[in-house]
Amino acid sequence: MILADGPATAVAEVGAATGVAQFAWLLVALPAFGAAVLLLGGRRTNAWGHLLGCLTVIAAFGYGLVLFLDSTGLPSAERVRELHLFSWIPVEALQVDFGLRLDPLSLVFVLLITGVGAAIHVYSIGYMAGDADRRKFFAYLNLFVAAMLVLVLGNSFVTLYLGWEGVGLASYLLIAFWHHRPEAATAAKKAFVMNRVGDVGLAIAIFMMFRTLGTTQYTEVFARAGEFSSGELLAITLLLLLGACGKSGQFPLQAWLPDAMAGPTPVSALIHAATMVTAGVYLVARANPLYDLSPDGRLVVTAIGAFTLLIGCVIGCAYDDFKKVLAYSTVSQIGYMILAVGLGSFGYALGIMHLLTHGFFKAGLFLGAGSVMHGMNDEGDIRRMGGLWRHMPITFVTWGLGYLALVGFPGLSGFFSKDAIIEAAFGQEGWRGWVFGGAALLGAGLTAFYMTRLLLMVFFGEKRWERLKSADGRDYHPHESPAVMTVPMILLAVGSVGAGVFLASGDRLATWLTPSLGALDKAEHGVLPHALVPVLTVALSALGALVAWLVVGRRPVPVERPRRVSLPVRAARADLYGNALNEALVARPGVWLSRALVYVDNKGVDGLVNGLAALLGGTSGRLRRLQTGFVRSYALSMLGGSVLVIAALMVVRFA
Amino acid sequence: MSALSVTVSHTVSQAVSGGVADAVSGAPWAVLAQGSVPAPEVDYGAIGAMLVVFAGACLGVLVEAFFPRHVRWSSQVVLSLLTIGAAGVTFGWYVGRSTDPVTTLSGTIAIDRPTLFLWGTLLALALGAVLLIADRSVEPGGSFVGHTAVARGGVREGVGDGAAPGGMRTEIFPLTLFALGGMMVFCAANDLLTMFVALEVLSLPLYLMCGLARRRRLLSQEAAVKYFLLGAFASAFFLYGLALLYGYASSVKLSAIAEATAGNDRSDTLLYVGLGLLVVGLLFKGSVGPFHTWTPDVYQGAPTPVTAFMAACTKVAAFGGIVRVLNVAFKASSWEWRGVLWAVAIVSMVVGAVLGLTQTDIKRMIAYSSVAHAGFLLVGSIALTEQGRSGTLFYLLAYGFTTLAAFGVISLVRAGDGEATHLSQWAGLAKRSPLTALVFTFLLLALAGIPLTSGFVGKFVVFTAAVEDGMAPLVVVAVLASAVAAFFYLRVVVLMYFSEPASDGPTVTVPGVFTTVAITLGVLVTLLLGVYPAVALDWAGPGLAFAP
Amino acid sequence: MLQPYVPLVLMFALAAAFAVFSVAVAPFVGPRRDNRAKLDAYECGIEPSPQPVVGSGRMPVAYYLTAMLFILFDIEMVFLYPFAVSADALGLFGLVEIALFIITVGFAYAYVWRRGGLDWN
Repeated sequence: MILADGPATAVAEVGAATGVAQFAWLLVALPAFGAAVLLLGGRRTNAWGHLLGCLTVIAAFGYGLVLFLDSTGLPSAERVRELHLFSWIPVEALQVDFGLRLDPLSLVFVLLITGVGAAIHVYSIGYMAGDADRRKFFAYLNLFVAAMLVLVLGNSFVTLYLGWEGVGLASYLLIAFWHHRPEAATAAKKAFVMNRVGDVGLAIAIFMMFRTLGTTQYTEVFARAGEFSSGELLAITLLLLLGACGKSGQFPLQAWLPDAMAGPTPVSALIHAATMVTAGVYLVARANPLYDLSPDGRLVVTAIGAFTLLIGCVIGCAYDDFKKVLAYSTVSQIGYMILAVGLGSFGYALGIMHLLTHGFFKAGLFLGAGSVMHGMNDEGDIRRMGGLWRHMPITFVTWGLGYLALVGFPGLSGFFSKDAIIEAAFGQEGWRGWVFGGAALLGAGLTAFYMTRLLLMVFFGEKRWERLKSADGRDYHPHESPAVMTVPMILLAVGSVGAGVFLASGDRLATWLTPSLGALDKAEHGVLPHALVPVLTVALSALGALVAWLVVGRRPVPVERPRRVSLPVRAARADLYGNALNEALVARPGVWLSRALVYVDNKGVDGLVNGLAALLGGTSGRLRRLQTGFVRSYALSMLGGSVLVIAALMVVRFA
Repeated sequence: MSALSVTVSHTVSQAVSGGVADAVSGAPWAVLAQGSVPAPEVDYGAIGAMLVVFAGACLGVLVEAFFPRHVRWSSQVVLSLLTIGAAGVTFGWYVGRSTDPVTTLSGTIAIDRPTLFLWGTLLALALGAVLLIADRSVEPGGSFVGHTAVARGGVREGVGDGAAPGGMRTEIFPLTLFALGGMMVFCAANDLLTMFVALEVLSLPLYLMCGLARRRRLLSQEAAVKYFLLGAFASAFFLYGLALLYGYASSVKLSAIAEATAGNDRSDTLLYVGLGLLVVGLLFKGSVGPFHTWTPDVYQGAPTPVTAFMAACTKVAAFGGIVRVLNVAFKASSWEWRGVLWAVAIVSMVVGAVLGLTQTDIKRMIAYSSVAHAGFLLVGSIALTEQGRSGTLFYLLAYGFTTLAAFGVISLVRAGDGEATHLSQWAGLAKRSPLTALVFTFLLLALAGIPLTSGFVGKFVVFTAAVEDGMAPLVVVAVLASAVAAFFYLRVVVLMYFSEPASDGPTVTVPGVFTTVAITLGVLVTLLLGVYPAVALDWAGPGLAFAP
Repeated sequence: MLQPYVPLVLMFALAAAFAVFSVAVAPFVGPRRDNRAKLDAYECGIEPSPQPVVGSGRMPVAYYLTAMLFILFDIEMVFLYPFAVSADALGLFGLVEIALFIITVGFAYAYVWRRGGLDWN
C-alpha cells in the first residue's frame, strides 16, 4: 500500500481543529438557518425563499471545499481533527459532548451532500415552479441537508443518532410532500415505521457501547474496542447493521424505499438515491474498527448486501414505473456498497467510492426521469412513453451517460467502482469468493438488462404516447426542460463520466481515506484471476443489454401490462413478497397485540367481573347490577395488579 | 353550597396538621409517654417556600370568604401568582445560601438536593399551570363552572355539552395552591406518615378540581367521582402498607426502615406485603400501568388546565416520592423488589404505547402517553445509582414542561361545543393555523423523544443509567416501546399536516397573555433542555444525595 | 415466625365457616312465610320516612351538608383533647402550634359561614 508512515488501523491521532476549520459548525448552521427562516418566515418569504434555500447550500458547499483544500494541505497523519462545540449531556459518568469530527471520510461526505445537494436545489427551482408550497419544499430540503451534515460530521454515535433521526424526519416530511395523494401519505408512514425498526437497533447498539465503555465518542470507542467481549461485538455490529438496513433500504427492510418515490423527484434524487440512503454504508464504514474485530458480523453484512443486490435487480426487471425501477436499482446498488464494506479492509474504501460515483449517476438518472415526467404531464408509466430522445435531447444525452455509468461501461465511473467491488468479492477465500463474487457478477448482468429495458422503452421505439391521453385527459406534448433543470443534469452527467477515473486512478480516494478507514488491502489471490473479472463483468453486462434488446427493443411494447406472465415475473412484481414478509413478521403481530390489549382494557376486566358474577349468581338481575359501574372494574384491575405485585414479591423472597 | 367548602375546610386542617404542625404528628405516641417534650428544631429558611405556599392558600380561602364576587377573580390571580413568586424568591434565597442536606421538624422533612430540584420544578410548573387556569380569553369566563353543581332536574343536567353560565368559580386558585403545597411536602417527606398526609393534601383538592369543567359537566363530574373513588382505594393501600411497615420496623421513618431491612431478624412477610401495598399506592399516583386505569377517563373529563396541572405536577410529586422511598428506605432489599418493578415498568410502557395507538380523543391519547412515560420514569427510578436519580429528576422536569405546554395548546383548538378533542377534528389544522400546528408538532416530537428536544435527552439519560445499573433487557423493551409510542404522536402530526381539513372543523382561538406565556414557557424549556441540557443536568448532577 | 398468629387465622376460618353455613342452610331448614313487612327495606317495624313518592322522598341536600360539616369540625376539635392532656409537656411550642391549628380551622369556618354553608335554606 501507499501509506507507509500512517498507522495501520483507523484509530489515528486526533488533533484539534484550528484555523479555517474552527468554523466548521457553519456547515450545519447555514442550511439550518435557511430552514428556520423559511419555516418561521411563512408566506412573507414566498418570493425569495427558494433562492435563499439554494444560497445556503451553495455557501455550505463553498465552505466545505475550503475545508477540504485546507485538509489536503496537511500531512495525512494530521487529517483527523475534532472541533469541540459544547458539552451536550453531562451527567455523572455519562458525558456526551457535541463536537464535529473533520476527517477524510466526513469531508468526502460533506462535499457529496452539499455538492449534489446544491445541484438538486437549483433543479428544484424549475421542477417545483408550479407548486404553491415551493417555499416549504426548500425549507424541508435545507433541513435535510443540515441533518445529514450532523449525521456525517458528528464525533460520537449519539451525535450521529441526532442526525439520523433528523434525516428521517426530513425524509418523512418530503415523501409526504404531496400529501393529497393517498399513496404519498401511506408511503411516508411506511418509511417511518421501517426506519423506526432500524433506529431501535441503532439505539440499543449505542446503549451497549455505553454500558461497556461509558462513552460513545468515536475516538474512545475505537481506541478501546478491544474491551468488548466477542459476543458484545457481534451484537453491536449486528444491531448497527439493523440500523443501516432500515436507513439504506436493505433486506429485510427494503420495501419502503420504492414506495418513497411518491415524493417529488428531486427528493428521490437527493435523499432516496444519493445521500440519505447511503447513511447505512457510512455507518458501517465509520464503525470500521468494530467491524474489523468481528469477522462474523462482517460476514452477515456481506451476506445481506449480496442478497439485497440480487433481489433489487430481480424486482427492478419487472416494474413499469420509471422511478420505481430506479428505486430498486438504488436498493441493489446500495447492496453492492454494503457488500463492499462487509469485506473489511478489502472493501471499506471501495464501498465509499461506489457510494460517491453512484451519488453522481443515480442523482443524474433521477433528475433525468424527473425531466421526462415533467415534460410528459407527470406520467411515470414507461409503457406509455417511447421515442422520446428526439424531443428531449439534453435529457436523453445526460440520462444516457448516467445509464452507461451505472451498467459499468468501460471508462465511465460505474466501471471503476462496481468492478472493483466485484473483484474484491472474488478475492475472498473459498466458498465466500464464489458466492459473493458470483452474486455481484450476476447482479451486474441483471443491472444491464433492466437498465437497457428502461432506456429502450423510454427513449427509443414507437412513440406510444401519441395515441394516448394522460390521466387528466390532456394530450402529451413532450418537451425539453428549462435550463435551470438541465444545467444540474449536465453537471451530474460530467460527474458520472469522470468521477470514477478521477477517484480510482492511483487509488486516489483510498489513499485519501486511509486516516479514517485504514489502508485498503488488495486480495493477493482469490478464486478467480484478477484480469478475468473485468472481462467477465463486461461480457455479462453486454449479454444483459442484448437480452433486453431482444425482449423489448425488437418488437412493439404493449401499452397494457401483460397479465399472463410467468411465476418469476409475478413474484418480482409483488416485490418478491417483501411486503408480505414484513406484514407477517411485524405488522400483523403488532395489530394482534394492540387488539388484544384493547380487548383486555375494555372488555377483559368487565368480562371477568361478568363471568364471575354469572358463575356465582347465575341470575340476570345480578348480572345487570354488577355491570353498571366501570369504576368497579378499574378498582378490580388495581386490586389484581396489587395482588400480583405482592405475590411476586413473596415468590422472589421465599421461593 | 356543596362539597366544595367541605373539602376546603378539610384540606386546610389537613394541611395544618400535615405540613405546618408536623412537630405534633411526627411523634404523637411519644406525647403521652413522657413528662416533657422538647420543641423540635424548625429550620424556617429551609421550609420557607412550603410555608409561603400554604399561607397563600389560606389567604385565598379568606379572599373567597370576604371579597365581593366581582373582584374575586382578579384578587385570586394576583394572590396566587404573588404566592408562587414569593415562594420562588424564598426558595432561591435558600438555595443561594446552602444546598447541604438538612432534616427538620423532628426529621419528618428532608431538604436535600433532590427535594430542592423537585421544589424548583414544581414551582415553575405550577406557575405555568396557574396561568393556564387563570386564562379567561380562550373560554369566555374561564374554563370552570360558575355554579358548583348542576341544579337537580334543571335544563342542563342532561345536556352534556352546554356551557354553564356565569362567572368562574374562583375556589380553584386556593385549591391549586393547597395541592401544590401537598406536592412539595410529599417530595420532601422523610417518614411515611408525613408522606401519607401530604398524599391526601395533594389529592383531595385534585379530586375536586377535576369536577369543575364549565362544559361537558357530566363527563367532568364522572371523572371527579372516579378519581376520588379510585384515589381513596389507592390511599387505603398506601395506609395499610404503612401500617405493616410500622409493624415491621417499629418506626415510620424511612431511615429507620432502611436500618431494619439491613438486619435479618424480623418478619419478611410484613416487609414485603407492606412494601407491595405502599408501592401500589405510590404507583397509582404516578399513573403507572396496571394502576393507570383512572388516567384516561380523568385526563379526558377534567378541565384542560387542571389536566395540565395534574399531568405535570402530580407526576413530579409522585415520582419524587417513589425515588425517595426506594432509595432511602428500601435500597438494601432492592434485590427482591427490583424484578417486580421491572415487570410493572414493562406493563406500563407496553400498555401506554400500544393502547395509545387506538385512541381517538387527543386528551386520552396524551393520557396513555403519560402512562408510557411513567414506565420510562420507573425504569430510571429503579436504577438506584446517582445517575439514575439525576436522570429521573431531569426526565420529570423535561416531561412536565412539555406536557404542560401540550395541554395548553389543546385548550386552544375549539369547535362550537368547547374544545375539539376528537382527533378527526384536528385534521388539516396546519392549514388553518400553521403556528399552532408547528408548536404542537414540536411538543409531540419532544414526547416521542426525537433529538434536540428535552424528551430525547431525558430518555437518553434515564436509559443509560438503567443500562449502567445492569438492566439492559429492560432498556431494550423501553426503546421498543418508545419506538411504538412515536408512531401515535406521528399520527397526529400526519393528521394536522397531511389531511384535508373538515369543513366544519375547529377554530384556533388566539390565546390571551396568560396562556401564551404558559405555552411559550413550556416550548422554550423543551427546546433549551434539548439543545443545552447542561443547565439542568448540572443541577441534578453530582452529589445528589438524600438526607440521612 | 408466624406461629403466634395461627390461632387467629383459625378463629377467622371458624367465623367465616359459621357465617357461610348459616346463610346457606337457612333457606332449606327454615319455614318460609313471606308477608309485606318482611319484604320491606327494614324489618325492624318502622316505615322509612318520609314516604317514597315519585319525585320527592329524598333528603334535602342541606341535611347532608350540615351533617358533613358537623363531622369535619367535630373531628378537627378532637385534636384538642390530646393537646389539652399534655399541654404542660408540650410547652410554649405546643401552644403556638395549636393556636395556628385553630386559626386555620377558623379560615375554613369563615369560608363556610360567609358562603352560606350554615344557612338551612
